Amino acid sequence: MKVTLKVWRQKNATSAGEFKTYSSPELNENMSFLEMLDVINEDLAIKGEEPIAFDHDCREGICGTCSLVIDGKPHGPHKGVATCQTYMRSFKNGDEIVIEPWRAKAFPIIKDLVCDRKAFDRIQHAGGFISVRTGAAPDANSIPVPKEDADLAMDAAQCIGCGACVAACKNASAMLFVAAKVSHLGLMPQGQPERYKRVKAMVDQMDAEGFGSCTITGSCEAVCPKEISLDFIARMNRDYAVALFKGEPKKTAGGGAG
Amino acid sequence: MTLVQQIFHSSLGRKYVAALTGAGLFFFLIGHLAGNLQIFGPPDLINGYAHFLKSKPLMVWGARLGLLACVGLHLYAVISLAMESKAARPVAYAGGAAYGSAWRSRYMMVSGLVILAFVVYHLAHFTALLPGINGFGDFSKLKTELKDAGEVPDVYAMMVLGFRVWWVTLFYLIAQALLFVHLGHGLSAMFQSLGLRNHVWWPRIQIFAKVFSTALLIGYISIPIAITLGLGRDYSDRAKAGLNMPLGQQSAPQQGPADALVLK
Ligand code: HEM
Ligand code: FES
Repeated sequence: MKVTLKVWRQKNATSAGEFKTYSSPELNENMSFLEMLDVINEDLAIKGEEPIAFDHDCREGICGTCSLVIDGKPHGPHKGVATCQTYMRSFKNGDEIVIEPWRAKAFPIIKDLVCDRKAFDRIQHAGGFISVRTGAAPDANSIPVPKEDADLAMDAAQCIGCGACVAACKNASAMLFVAAKVSHLGLMPQGQPERYKRVKAMVDQMDAEGFGSCTITGSCEAVCPKEISLDFIARMNRDYAVALFKGEPKKTAGGGAG
Repeated sequence: MTLVQQIFHSSLGRKYVAALTGAGLFFFLIGHLAGNLQIFGPPDLINGYAHFLKSKPLMVWGARLGLLACVGLHLYAVISLAMESKAARPVAYAGGAAYGSAWRSRYMMVSGLVILAFVVYHLAHFTALLPGINGFGDFSKLKTELKDAGEVPDVYAMMVLGFRVWWVTLFYLIAQALLFVHLGHGLSAMFQSLGLRNHVWWPRIQIFAKVFSTALLIGYISIPIAITLGLGRDYSDRAKAGLNMPLGQQSAPQQGPADALVLK
């Protein structure tokens, strides 16, 4: 099979980008989408042209690095599937495929299809952790966790932080990502001590990064490769309200651990 | 930062404001509809109700200020958030609506702004009674007699004559249709914004939004539609005739609005 690609090319963060059109050589339909781009790039390199820069790492749907908007949908045509797990057999011979980067002010483009997602890291640093002393592994099940909570926490913890939610949202809102991170810790007993401090810090960092706000369009849930539910956003909204109304903790003199 | 500052500073805080003020406006819409549906009773019913409201200025002005605050805060919250959201995507995608987005959610600003224009018109139409905009003339001249209250504004005749102007009716119907769209999304969105949702309640909340947005639509459009189909036509003809009468003839038999009431 052969396809035509309309790809966003942008030299660097400051230059204006534009679409360029490329025709593929003969492709095997069982190639992955990223392998198809590898083949195109090989061609470009041979011709002495700049290869198309795109992000990828594990190529098995677990790291959250791949990030292409394919024909207007982040991660391409399938539900619950990352770009790297998308195969050419999902397209038809002769298709024109439009490939764009994640587009958001908070995810500035570095080059071509690669954007800078450090805003997510800064949100995580603001509160996406629990403070525990490491040491010998604790006994299994020494802290009881209701099965339903464990399951829900696992659903939230599936988030691979790819940013497709931001890319898909018409408001470029990061709510689904932040909600997943807030919920996965907030549902566990180990996450309770910092539960309200965490949600406050992470949401405030999200706002500071310049993401848009949620208008409950459902795009994020529709494109999430891990099918994270909007329910978690409601959970975060609830926790944030509690955090606001609790107010800042009482100031204490002196130090103390943690 | 104080709590109020934090609420207005954060995006989630302003979502709470949008949701709570939206809920406030929704409750008003239910009460307002209940009042208006009295048009389906005898003219005395709604005229008496209007007179009752007029006689409680403290209550009426309290409600008006509350509603004004709701509209103002709703507007501030949603417009400031929308502007930030617009800025959050400086370069647009190649085309098409956002994948997987619920269509109503994409038209919230448009439907809201038309509703706002409608509210301004509606207030000028039936509250301020501006003569120039109703396609009829001076509504404030329409008077009728109530048993215990004497001469009062003839709200029944005003509504009927108001909706016998086709373009007024059309604008009302368009605004109601857009309110239906706005609430079809908004009534479920407000639960989400306030965090009152989980996998058990979400399907129920969506049914709630469908049922109430549809009920309000049917309730509100039933009034201009019933009037277009002839509700109160004779009564309003008589009221109008009484209005146009030269001064000397006001007591002519079976013509004045007061007579019309007696006839009923
Ligand atoms: C009768 C008047 C109105 C009612 C009952 C109403 C109701 C609501 C409700 C319940 C919501 C959901 C809040 C949330 O997202 O949590 C909402 C959202 C919204 N409203 Fe209104 N509204 C009214 C008037 C307006 C007006 C005049 C505007 C003008 C711009 C407007 C624009 C919006 C927008 C942009 C949203 C945000 C939608 C979103 O978050 O997805 N509304 N409204
Ligand atoms: S490359 Fe790791 S998820 Fe796609």
